[in-house]
Amino acid sequence: MSTRLRWRKFLSNLMLTMTGLCALISVSALFFILGYLLFNGGTSINWAFFTQLPKPVGETGGGMANAILGSAKLLLAASLFGVPIGFLGGIYLAEFSESATASVVRYSADLLNGVPSIVIGIFAYSMVVLPFKHFSTLAGAFALGLMMIPITLRSTEEFLRSVPRNLREGAMALGASKTKTIASVIVPAAYRGILTAILLALARVAGETAPLLFTAFGNRFWAHGWLQPTASLPVMIFTYAVSPYDDWHRQAWAAGLVLLGLILIINIAARTILSRGIAVPRS
Amino acid sequence: MATVNPTVQSVGPQAGSRSFVSKLRQGDEIARLVTFLFAASVVVVTVLLVYELWVGSALPRAKFGLHFFVTQVWDPILDEYGALPFIYGTLVTSGVALLLAVPLGIGAAIFLAELAPPRISDTLQFFIDLLAAVPSVIYGLLGVFIVVPLMRTVIFPSLNKPLGFLPWFKGPSYGVGFLTAGIVMAIMVIPYIISVSREVLLSVPRDQREAALALGSTRWESTWKVVVPFAKTGIMGSIFLALARALGETMAVTMVIGNTPKISASLFAPGYSIAAVIANEFTEATGDRYLQALVELGLVLFLLTFILNGLARLLIILTTQKGSGIAN
Repeated sequence: MSTRLRWRKFLSNLMLTMTGLCALISVSALFFILGYLLFNGGTSINWAFFTQLPKPVGETGGGMANAILGSAKLLLAASLFGVPIGFLGGIYLAEFSESATASVVRYSADLLNGVPSIVIGIFAYSMVVLPFKHFSTLAGAFALGLMMIPITLRSTEEFLRSVPRNLREGAMALGASKTKTIASVIVPAAYRGILTAILLALARVAGETAPLLFTAFGNRFWAHGWLQPTASLPVMIFTYAVSPYDDWHRQAWAAGLVLLGLILIINIAARTILSRGIAVPRS
Repeated sequence: MATVNPTVQSVGPQAGSRSFVSKLRQGDEIARLVTFLFAASVVVVTVLLVYELWVGSALPRAKFGLHFFVTQVWDPILDEYGALPFIYGTLVTSGVALLLAVPLGIGAAIFLAELAPPRISDTLQFFIDLLAAVPSVIYGLLGVFIVVPLMRTVIFPSLNKPLGFLPWFKGPSYGVGFLTAGIVMAIMVIPYIISVSREVLLSVPRDQREAALALGSTRWESTWKVVVPFAKTGIMGSIFLALARALGETMAVTMVIGNTPKISASLFAPGYSIAAVIANEFTEATGDRYLQALVELGLVLFLLTFILNGLARLLIILTTQKGSGIAN
């Protein structure tokens, strides 16, 4: 074997090992993050965290019960706003549209998807906060719902389009109208994929902080109804992490663990159980 | 097919069946109209967003014009606003992030697409997807409590001692700063680079590899000299996509960049970014011009990511011919 060939083989093995290392480093970042949060969050979490309101500044103890409920309310309202628009819009794109209108809608959705979340926050501020004259759960949910629309829309379209043609033709041949075909054949055939995408969209906005800063704002007490400023887990993590108090840092870790745990569980469940055998679109 | 008459099924009187069919038709038209309204609302919202950003920043645009982008003063008391420190901070942190993330991400993507057996590749990709799902505020939390102290005690001394004569590595270091933000951001954008690059590499036709191997190249040579050049435009697309994410990244950067509107050559110095200043000052902005200057920063951010996302999608479509599914 010539030295040249030996060198080339050596180089090949070296570089391929390097790429393996790159992959290893990237993936281990996930386990590092998870391990660190489990350790720090696990030692900080307690029953009070889930059941109590935040204590006044300077006092230790207390919890984030209001932020947990606030996040839940925000996500519920965001889904109620974002999912129908995305879902029905997706049906239009896949089933009813002419190519010209469809491409305008598609283009807008892609554009909306790329808008930085902080800019979405500015938009929600001028659309909801300014007219109502105060921060509210509603404004936060508007911002989050807006971020769910493009993902829901594009994946609904994609999964509806991937329904086999003969199912559609079968329903038509039985005399079903187009609406009936969509409602009773096509959507049921595609629902698992669509549901997966919606869950992933929900998991994504669950961790969003930037659009909530000046929409839902924050609140150290319970938020009654939908028109008051509300606390949320991501914003609490932010405020507590940059604060100078040790006890707040402890609670930030606990909140981080709860939030990340929730997001990863939704992700894993959606990707493995619900979407077995379906290619999940990336958000 | 043409001989089959769909109305043949009806046994009842012709008139009744026709109205039945036309009712169904009407149902279809209603469904069409309803879904159209929802689809159109997406367009309306997007147009409204651009409109609000444009109208909402009218005051500073009229007052400062293009000077907004080249002045360094950010003084709410004098009511004078210049965006340069923030634009600088955003570009420097994104640059650092890409410098770290691109080699690592592309290396990992090559491993996943070319070397790893499909099952392992899919498993690793699953973890990479989970990594992409970790919210930005969690990265910020880890940044504040791990990367910032690490920067102060390990990274700064070890870079400052041998390279301190260069302006980029001059001290002092407070832990927070451009480099810290860049490192945290790099970890955040790696998953995007890996996922898209892997997809692009996997779409390179098999015969390209086989031809290179048949000509006697080693595994690495076929990968680096044939497969990667073939996928080059798509990989560029993945980098643009990552850059767009990095520019708009808010929380993690806000927590570790130091929040000081200053332009410094040193990477260890604290700085500020466009997204971070909006996040910090928007609720405290008193006075219309102050608030609108922040909205104009939002407009700048929007335009930057708009251009980058468009370019990225175009490049990815060019290589895979099925881009939009990936470009999200």
